[in-house]
Amino acid sequence: MIDIDNFTPLTALVGGGLIGLAAAILYAFNGRVLGASGITASALEGVIHPALREGLSWRVAFLVGVIIGPAVYMLMTGALPQSEYIAQDGRLVIAGLIVGLGTGLGSGCTSGHGICGLARFSKRSLAAVITFMATGFLTTFVMSHLVGL
Amino acid sequence: MQLVVGLVSGIIFGLGLSISGMLNPVKVSAFLDLAGAWDPSLALVMGGGLIVNILAMLVLKKRTKPFFTDAFSLPQSKVIDRPLLVGAALFGIGWALGGLCPGPAIASLAYLSGDALMFFIPMLVGLYAARFIFSKI
Repeated sequence: MIDIDNFTPLTALVGGGLIGLAAAILYAFNGRVLGASGITASALEGVIHPALREGLSWRVAFLVGVIIGPAVYMLMTGALPQSEYIAQDGRLVIAGLIVGLGTGLGSGCTSGHGICGLARFSKRSLAAVITFMATGFLTTFVMSHLVGL
Repeated sequence: MQLVVGLVSGIIFGLGLSISGMLNPVKVSAFLDLAGAWDPSLALVMGGGLIVNILAMLVLKKRTKPFFTDAFSLPQSKVIDRPLLVGAALFGIGWALGGLCPGPAIASLAYLSGDALMFFIPMLVGLYAARFIFSKI
């Protein structure tokens, strides 16, 4: 059943459009793919290994910008976006670890594969998106309807 | 100039995530819960992002290089291999367990909350570990 009360098509489309615009700007001017996991991993490597510092400054600037984003939202609306967690403590830590490991191994996440990869019709990205959507739906089904967490 | 582009792109990305509802794990979970009270909003986030980005790619097709650098930098690999599929499968599991993917995990640092760090720091550990595993696969 579609939950029509919580369905927010307009903000989803506008927010999504801005995400696409951000990706287009990074690609048009810097020639780079907007992948949140890839940019984070490369910035981390650059910080830890001095030999891998090339491209560190635009990546750090990007990450700082992403954190400024919700603050800009607050200036526009008076409050930070609504955020209610579904996991605490151990489950949150494990989720973060798996997301890092998975996006690192799989060379991308919802932005890199989902927005950028699909937009240039990459077969790898299509395979990745189908796979993470499938395990995401399945995990939620198991957790919410079988285990009851 | 690359730095300014990075900052501007990051701010627009973070604002887009904020407006779209991607920073709310409950909303992400409601999208992934097909068998429950399903909230299809996030499909439209991806749809909106794809439409804008595909149009931009069409416009940029005639260009041989970006405005501020010498070449477009795109992933070279074309094969659908085991690391890609295993990694994506793991990512889906973690995304469903925590309700956050990497972009929102970064943006959530703006809340200055312990929860945001409790997801972000392990994510960094995972990303770094993956680069090591990767070099040995």
